[in-house]
Amino acid sequence: MTAALLAAATGSGAHLAHASAWAVFGVGAALILTGAFGVVLLRNPVHSALMLVITLIGVALEFIDESADFLAAVQIIVYAGAIVILFLFVIMFLAVDRREPAAPEPTRAQRPLAVLLGLVALAELLILSRVQHWSSGAHHVAGSLKGGEDVQKLGESIFTRYLLPFEMTAALLVIAVVAAVVLSRRHGRVAAEMSPAEQEEATLR
Amino acid sequence: MTVPGAWYLVLAAVLFGIGATGLLVRRNVLVMFMCIELMLNAVNLTFVTFARLLDDIGGQASVFFVLVVAAAEVVVGLAIIVAMFRRRAAATADEIHILKG
Repeated sequence: MTAALLAAATGSGAHLAHASAWAVFGVGAALILTGAFGVVLLRNPVHSALMLVITLIGVALEFIDESADFLAAVQIIVYAGAIVILFLFVIMFLAVDRREPAAPEPTRAQRPLAVLLGLVALAELLILSRVQHWSSGAHHVAGSLKGGEDVQKLGESIFTRYLLPFEMTAALLVIAVVAAVVLSRRHGRVAAEMSPAEQEEATLR
Repeated sequence: MTVPGAWYLVLAAVLFGIGATGLLVRRNVLVMFMCIELMLNAVNLTFVTFARLLDDIGGQASVFFVLVVAAAEVVVGLAIIVAMFRRRAAATADEIHILKG
């Protein structure tokens, strides 16, 4: 999309479009990898959450590069706007950022083994993608992406073919909200029945 | 015209690997949750790439549903963490055995 716009604006043909697509991909990849390593390596959970935002913006850039404009917008709004804010809220609420786990690692070999396992999983994925011809499946089973706006195609698909899953996500969201309320409810008396001192004590508890 | 799909798939695989390693290495439950988000994003990237390669809207619809499920998962997971923390200050995964009841 971005590449197409650039090419149309300058009129210098497919070469510039090609270069700009690669540029967007490169910037997005750099953001994704920087953010991902930051999430894993930084000690402070607040810093990890902020690095997660960088990764999410990188993924949104890659979505734009792949002409999934609506999903890029949703990625920014839902992930960076809502989920990371929720993470930050819980970190601040629980004051986890000030608490550093002092206890030693219970299983000594866990970290090297974990890194090894991650590398093995990565190698396996890369080898599989090399050996198998994944992208030679059936084309546009659920409808083509071409010939219309991205949002229009997605909307038609969700409200016709995927209507039942869409309704089920509505049920899922209601269940999640109820679960969050039930899980975080305090047992005992409600706040209205307490004196201010008791409320203070209950908040700190 | 555009970047070949294989590049996106490799990038998604690397992101998934970093997320999986982080999930195993970190002990803070909140950071482990963030690593799960990294893995979900890697899968989303793969979905969008295959949607483009196969010219199929189904991949993008799947990403839409993954986003909804991720939001629900984060809400419930963070509520569990808050409930755990209220009962006993337990921010590391080693102390989750208090959930045994």
